Amino acid sequence: MLAMTQLALVIDLNVCVGCHACVTSCKQWNTFGEAGPLSDQRPYGQDPTGTFFNRVQTFEVGEFPNTETVHFPKSCLHCEDPPCVPVCPTGASYKRAEDGIVLVDYDKCIGCKYCSWACPYGAREIDEQQKVMKKCTLCVDRIYDQKLPPAERKPACVMACPTSARLFGDIHDPDSEASRAIREQGGYALMPEWGTQPANHYLPRRKTAIQIHPDELERHDNPLKVDGKLPRPGTGEPALDDVTSW
Amino acid sequence: VKPAWSVLLLTTLLGAGQGLFLALFAAELAGFAAADLFLFGSGASLALLAAGLVASFFHLGRPGRAWRSAAMWRTSWLSREVIVLPAFMAAVFGWGAAHHAGFSREVLLSLGIAGALLAAALFVCTGMIYACLKFLQEWHTPLTVINYAALGCASGLTLAAALAAWLHPPLAAAYAAAALAAAAFAYLMRLASLARNARLRPKSTLATAIGVKHPKIAQIAQGAMGGSFNTREFFHGRPREVVRAARWAFLALVFPVPAALLLFAPHSTGMLFLSFVLQYVGLLAERWYFFAEARHPQNLYYQAIA
Repeated sequence: MLAMTQLALVIDLNVCVGCHACVTSCKQWNTFGEAGPLSDQRPYGQDPTGTFFNRVQTFEVGEFPNTETVHFPKSCLHCEDPPCVPVCPTGASYKRAEDGIVLVDYDKCIGCKYCSWACPYGAREIDEQQKVMKKCTLCVDRIYDQKLPPAERKPACVMACPTSARLFGDIHDPDSEASRAIREQGGYALMPEWGTQPANHYLPRRKTAIQIHPDELERHDNPLKVDGKLPRPGTGEPALDDVTSW
Repeated sequence: VKPAWSVLLLTTLLGAGQGLFLALFAAELAGFAAADLFLFGSGASLALLAAGLVASFFHLGRPGRAWRSAAMWRTSWLSREVIVLPAFMAAVFGWGAAHHAGFSREVLLSLGIAGALLAAALFVCTGMIYACLKFLQEWHTPLTVINYAALGCASGLTLAAALAAWLHPPLAAAYAAAALAAAAFAYLMRLASLARNARLRPKSTLATAIGVKHPKIAQIAQGAMGGSFNTREFFHGRPREVVRAARWAFLALVFPVPAALLLFAPHSTGMLFLSFVLQYVGLLAERWYFFAEARHPQNLYYQAIA
């Protein structure tokens, strides 16, 4: 049975510019959060690495010269049928009934990594310092915070996105902005072949072309027979700019 | 998937321990009275199981919390394994102790049957941990469970033959023959899974991974340049030659080499122990290959660094 509420992100690949602002704001919020740091190893060394909830990847689609660059933000998709949850031996991984967020109880996790094997998306990363599995929480410590103004009760990545490529909402509410975007802009789920029913959706790239037909410049019916009759000004005559520049 | 030594040792040691116990109990059922062999053998089986259990702790980030892992037996095969393993160890201990104390045949039989059922359940749990992950297509087959069980039985029977040659020679030839048959069956099943996996077509592609319907997609950045958990856990990072060498090693060591030793020296204790050790090394190579061969769909997102 589907939960009443399913919070999710809807990410518009047509708008994402790959600036990684969602990555850094996510890292900032969650490393200072109440769950403790998202640890990094050798952050200033040659091969820095660390735990992230969100990554922006870049793909090139097509063959030169007809290529298109797709920036692809990737985080936990909060599947409606999450394969990572039933395999967890301790119950540390769970899906909340009230809002559909998939969470890890860091106090119960034994760090066996089995859930990461059971996630086809590679959304889970172990914290090498705390030795527990971590993943996107949809900023669960932020979205219900009554101390924040309602407009800021959103995941940090959504707040940070400069192009508004990230929508946040309840995808089981047909009137939410997120649901409407999925419905009206061809929102899709990743790897549908495994039946995980990801809650997060992506909006596809769209062709942006401008088409001007002759009847938009000169009316087709031309009711007073005046369109097109105006004499073209000679090249020496003052242009409109010269006339109106006073 | 990157093979972890803790898991390689865990699965192979448990398999040998289970196989050894099943071999001992089968001899008892068949009416052999070899108290020395049964006592020492159950001790050896227990030692293998304990060693596997110890190895498993090295896989955990937080071994101190391992007790929690018995909680989700309703849904998790790993949790079920965590429950069945100590129960099986208790049954093996009880069976060995009952032999030592000279309990009645009924007690021995009921403990032995419980042990045999738990051994079978443990094979199913261990195999299903891997076989239940449907998008790891190399593992998602009944052959995974069959292989864990058959290879474990073969290895346990080989060890039983060696122990019998040492402690109870009349049983050695029978055990050697059974070990030969079990190894042959396991080998055939493993060849079947190799053949199956060679023909697998991955269901996930970059097109389904990012949802762009185009046959030509190439990654140019994965969001991190110094690697991540995703690159460390799911890529073994060894050249193709190593993977191929592991396959040839286990193809030689799991059946042909021990079979030759069993056939030509079925009564030599040393040769039989050598045969067990070589087969065990082969099983380690087999398990390594089992993990290295599995292509996790998440790897599609980690094809290029920059």
